[in-house]
Amino acid sequence: MIEPPTERTAGRTNHPPATADIAALTARAKRMRHHMLVMARGPGQGYIGQGLGIADVLAALYFHELRWSPERLDDPERDRFLLSTGHYSIALWAVLAEAGVFPLGELVTYGADDSRLQMSTLDTTPGVEIIGGSLGHGLGQAVGMALGLRLRGSAARIFCELSDGELQEGATWEAAMSGGTFRLDNLVALIDCNGIQADGAIVVDIEPVADKWRAFGWSTQEIDGNDMAAVVDALAAARATEGRPHAIVLRTKPGRGVPTLEAREKAHFVRVEPGEWDALIEELEGQGR
Amino acid sequence: MSTARTYGKAMGVDEGGDVRPTIDAPFGTALVEAQRRRGDIVGLTADLGKYTDILPFRDAFPDRFFNVGMAEQNLVAVAAGLARTGTVPFATTYGVFATRRAYDFIAIALAHSRVNVKIIAGLPGLTTGYGGTHQAIEDTALMRMIPNLVVIDPCDATEIMQATHAIADHDGPVYMRLLRGKVRQVLDPDTYRFEIGRAAVLREGDDVGIVATGLMTEAALDAAAMLAAEGIATGVLHVPTLKPFDAGTLAAFSAGKAAIVTAENHVTRGGLATQVREALFEAGRVLPLAAVGIPDAFVELGAVPTLMARNGMTAEGIADAARSLG
Repeated sequence: MIEPPTERTAGRTNHPPATADIAALTARAKRMRHHMLVMARGPGQGYIGQGLGIADVLAALYFHELRWSPERLDDPERDRFLLSTGHYSIALWAVLAEAGVFPLGELVTYGADDSRLQMSTLDTTPGVEIIGGSLGHGLGQAVGMALGLRLRGSAARIFCELSDGELQEGATWEAAMSGGTFRLDNLVALIDCNGIQADGAIVVDIEPVADKWRAFGWSTQEIDGNDMAAVVDALAAARATEGRPHAIVLRTKPGRGVPTLEAREKAHFVRVEPGEWDALIEELEGQGR
Repeated sequence: MSTARTYGKAMGVDEGGDVRPTIDAPFGTALVEAQRRRGDIVGLTADLGKYTDILPFRDAFPDRFFNVGMAEQNLVAVAAGLARTGTVPFATTYGVFATRRAYDFIAIALAHSRVNVKIIAGLPGLTTGYGGTHQAIEDTALMRMIPNLVVIDPCDATEIMQATHAIADHDGPVYMRLLRGKVRQVLDPDTYRFEIGRAAVLREGDDVGIVATGLMTEAALDAAAMLAAEGIATGVLHVPTLKPFDAGTLAAFSAGKAAIVTAENHVTRGGLATQVREALFEAGRVLPLAAVGIPDAFVELGAVPTLMARNGMTAEGIADAARSLG
């Protein structure tokens, strides 16, 4: 069943500013990376590689693209960001703290018993839209939310992060097929292709990723997900395209911004000796981004 | 053939006869009523709209109906997303596909956060002769293991219609088995009242108690009438809600009885029989119990009446089980 896009009673009025301050967004991403290293220093381990890799995209979303307010987390007209990969929580905590959803001082509780900021996401933490972590669950729920918003004529939009590893889950493609069928132009899939999964380098052939999304009826772009200007431009291009859902294939580097971590081969779940975290923070501070 | 019906008003039960009246597509009819009353329902299916009685809803509210194709994981995920934007999704497929294919989505995307989605599951137990691929023989056992989920196995058209309204008004995830097409009416709609979590005594009788759910409640009533004619006073407790389980009413029903027979359209391992044993044991009641239902085996292809008879899932089979405990 193909449905035409419905009229939006609220119109396309909830747009971000026409120009983005790339330097400011880059600075935000660097601060988020700093937060993540501080978080991981507590338990001495975590999904820091993925977090550092996705930092630029989350900064562009939360500080430019999303129509969203930390004071109104339950606003029915908010744009929604869904983190399908629950283990990227370290990046979500960093951006939500940076946005003021919870105090920066709380970040050191990452992974501790009774903390709200765990190594995966539950929707009981403020700012979290779905339970992530059972991989392949995000995009279908994003499709449902986009349908629900369209049904009531809302101008709010849905942004769903998912990973290259999740492209191996059949449910991802069930959702991709329905997003194309329903022509959900209020839906943006952000596919983080960092080249790693639990068992190491991507274990099955998933390329060419962008061609697959095009074949499923999505307007598709492929960019360097660590190039802030490219991320901002891709989000703007997605916003400008009507009649189809949008896929942005993000090529990102695990550990981005911290050369020692960028060079790590075992990047899926990183353990670092207790004394070394401060050295990694110094590395980050010495980098341009 | 049409027969004038006499209902037992006290119990809310059709007092019998060979032919009970039927209602066409009671689920779809009630869903349309519920949407007219509430205004927030959406309908979904995974390419089984025609076979799950949801087409009346599609025809009445085409903007609010979504067919996701043969993709049961996505059916549940999309329903979860729709619920999170304030609608009340009813998602239909067959029980085998909902539970076996989409289990993780029901557990995590729905139940974990009590997301307000209703899964409507066709072809429960032996309501199809299509064999193990389509007979949901273990679905309610799987579903009742999931925290926060309400699990319902209605017995007739009256109950499906009432339960459809009740689960629409219940804020939380529900798994409900569906009886589709021309569904027999066993319960009197004027006097019976379905309530989530409540078991109902449909017939009093002090010697033996039959505890039944779903399709088998009708056979249980007929079995009780047979046994009564033989001088065995037989009570019938109907348990439409398998979770939360009404252990209190069961304990009261069992008091003074010499034996219990359970009857379910489901495997007896993990289903109603197991729940009754658990609840009676926890209540300190130990008494002879016979379980009527599907054995611990897949069932072959064949005509439904044949399959039911071979597994003793008939009024006569229930009566035999009661006599065996005598």
